[in-house]
Amino acid sequence: MQKKFIIQRFCPEKDKIPYWQIYEIDCQEDWTVLDALEAIRAFDPTLTYRRVCRHGVCGSCAMNINGFNSLACETRIASLPKNIKIRPLPGFPIIRDLVVDLERLYQNYTVIKPYLIASSPPEKEYIQSLEERHLLDGFYECLLCGACTSACPTFWVNQNFLGPGIFLQACRFILDSRDKGFNLRKEILRKSDIWRCHGILNCVEACPKGLNPFQAIMHLRKILLFGGKR
Amino acid sequence: MNKHQHEILIIGAGIAGLSAALEACYGGEVAVISKVFPIRSHSVAAQGGTAAALGNMEEDHWEWHFYDTVKGSDFLGDQDAQAIFCYDAIKMAYYLEHLGVPFSRNENGKILQRYFGGHYSQFGQGPPVRRACVAADRIGQAMLHTLFGECLRRKIKFYNEFLVTHLLFHKDGCCGCIAWDLVKGEIHIFHAKLILLATGGYARLFQFSTNSAINTGDGLGMILNAGLPLEDLEFIQFHPTGLYPWGFLMSEAVRGEGGYLLNQAGERFMERYAPTKMELAPRDVVARAIQMEIELSGNPYVYLDLRHLSEDFIQERLPQVKEMAFKFAGINIKKELIPVAPAAHYTMGGIPVNIDGEVLADGKKEAMPGLFAAGECACISIHGANRLGTNSTMECAVFGHRAGKKMASLVKKTNYLPLPKEQISLALEEINHLFVQPPKISIAELRQQLQVSMMQNCGILRDQSRLKKQLIIIQDLKEVYKKIGLKGIPRTFNLAFEEVWELRNMLNIAEAVVISALAREESRGAHYRIDFPKRDDKNWLKHTLIWKKEDKLNLDYKPVVITQFPPSERFF
Repeated sequence: MQKKFIIQRFCPEKDKIPYWQIYEIDCQEDWTVLDALEAIRAFDPTLTYRRVCRHGVCGSCAMNINGFNSLACETRIASLPKNIKIRPLPGFPIIRDLVVDLERLYQNYTVIKPYLIASSPPEKEYIQSLEERHLLDGFYECLLCGACTSACPTFWVNQNFLGPGIFLQACRFILDSRDKGFNLRKEILRKSDIWRCHGILNCVEACPKGLNPFQAIMHLRKILLFGGKR
Repeated sequence: MNKHQHEILIIGAGIAGLSAALEACYGGEVAVISKVFPIRSHSVAAQGGTAAALGNMEEDHWEWHFYDTVKGSDFLGDQDAQAIFCYDAIKMAYYLEHLGVPFSRNENGKILQRYFGGHYSQFGQGPPVRRACVAADRIGQAMLHTLFGECLRRKIKFYNEFLVTHLLFHKDGCCGCIAWDLVKGEIHIFHAKLILLATGGYARLFQFSTNSAINTGDGLGMILNAGLPLEDLEFIQFHPTGLYPWGFLMSEAVRGEGGYLLNQAGERFMERYAPTKMELAPRDVVARAIQMEIELSGNPYVYLDLRHLSEDFIQERLPQVKEMAFKFAGINIKKELIPVAPAAHYTMGGIPVNIDGEVLADGKKEAMPGLFAAGECACISIHGANRLGTNSTMECAVFGHRAGKKMASLVKKTNYLPLPKEQISLALEEINHLFVQPPKISIAELRQQLQVSMMQNCGILRDQSRLKKQLIIIQDLKEVYKKIGLKGIPRTFNLAFEEVWELRNMLNIAEAVVISALAREESRGAHYRIDFPKRDDKNWLKHTLIWKKEDKLNLDYKPVVITQFPPSERFF
């Protein structure tokens, strides 16, 4: 299966601006985009991207494939047209080729205090009902790959906007029945630009794990307006 | 030159590294170096659960877990360490829960536990017990993200996307390391009082593997280069069912829930290999049976069959398997068969350490001052010749924690040793040399030759002739490696540099694996010799040690620690 890969290249040591490079390669039917990139790297070791787990659990290889933010490792070649255009996640500074600087994402992650705030735990485990645990589903699975945040125009233009993925993470801790940091977290959210989300829903479309950051944002807004954890 | 000084330095940010950091920071100032962003570490891929005899579902005791772990290890594990492990696992499960790990819950609001291979009651005599603590099928991600969050709370310093290339030694102990900043393409020198290696396993030596691309045994490679010993490298666990052609894990739960294995002729071939336990025989037995079918038929895979299970049942019990088969192979598991083959999964061998994680300079008793190891890169040894499912994540937590505690207690009494100037300049020369040689050799091709040949000659079924052949192949590949160059490839995020360095470690470790396997003339756990198909306790109830001296690999052995359970034959 012959495919044409049009890949954005940029190396700060020698390029002023990014450019496109074309690779035509013969792909096997069952390849993913990551398999194809590895095949290209076998003859062009200068091509650079991140990859770790290869099966959609680590979030390293998030990139923009034919206009959609996706994980390269779980995007099947067979589902794509003959021309496959790949560029780095938009909205983040480019380090080189498909590798972007996610520092802003990681910084925002620390802002929301991504840990349980609680005092003097019980001797054994905290008791958490099935119902209470169920609230975390759809939130704790986030890989922090950056796909949703990178698809968010508000994040592009507003430096204070934490981004959909980070709001999703904030929601994960607020909804945890073991967490006692509710007031502190509310203060953090009050200072964030959470009201600047315009509900474009790019984030929902981009999440490779099928999570819904917009729902998290709506939930957090409800808390800020009307109080209450749930 | 970029120089840094930290009291305690942890290399690797998986479950073991982060668990260690969280304890070590009580005693001194800690920095963590990782070649990826911490939550990308391979720990994130763990699925099934983490072992602890909490007894949340039915009666269970750490002593039963202890017996199962000993038997699981085919009696090659050290029982002093195994006892500590099973006892501490209970406390550690609660500790992790208190940190916020989103464990699934049972009806009483306690941590949910599920069945897993080899977990039994009454010292192996009673029915199975539910001992695996579960967070849906994402235990690794749940643990790793929680530990990382806690490290952020404690303001632990991270050097992300830094590849450590060399350990530095003074005559009195380990005193630092050299690392390559992947993003900027610069060399950094780290000066430390205490260093912990938590660099993961080496199952990427094999072409077909469940492991992340990064599991190349970097820590072991550095230990070997430093002239220190490695232990039990020949024991490599193959998971029976990796999705063909990638090797992604198709969980044991598939067979637990009633899935069958079929060969090319459509037969349930397990009845020839394990007539009573069938598909639920232990991992090594099933993996060997599949491999034999593969070699008989010449087709590179067998099939998992779930077609007889109802749609609702699959959705409820095996949603991830369903999703993965569809996403990667385009397979509807209700209608089609899933192609699977045994995939290199876990490496039981590693850096010999004592129960506090101190690296043993002679592999036996004497600790190397300043140097620690924990997690899959270490060999304590609790897994012996074969690891039980769900014991690996808990091992990382328990022994990472212990090593961290030990470092915290030592750090204020320890001084910085002077950095060895000569070692540093030799190391820099080695790195710079790569950027002088032209890139004529394909890194990918060389790595593939290693991985394919290791699979063929040092895989599930081994014998003297294949192992000898593999040794020659590796030696040839090492010669080719010398010609590798990176001249002209820009240094910023130079992925090729990382691959070249990983390949160097892989070649060295592969050689040590093959020599260890060639010497062990018996079959035990995951190490199966066609030419010596029986376990031989008289001659081989001992750990292998291997180390490099003047470019030659030497072997030695040490006894297994047996405290409570004398070796007996395993029946399935």
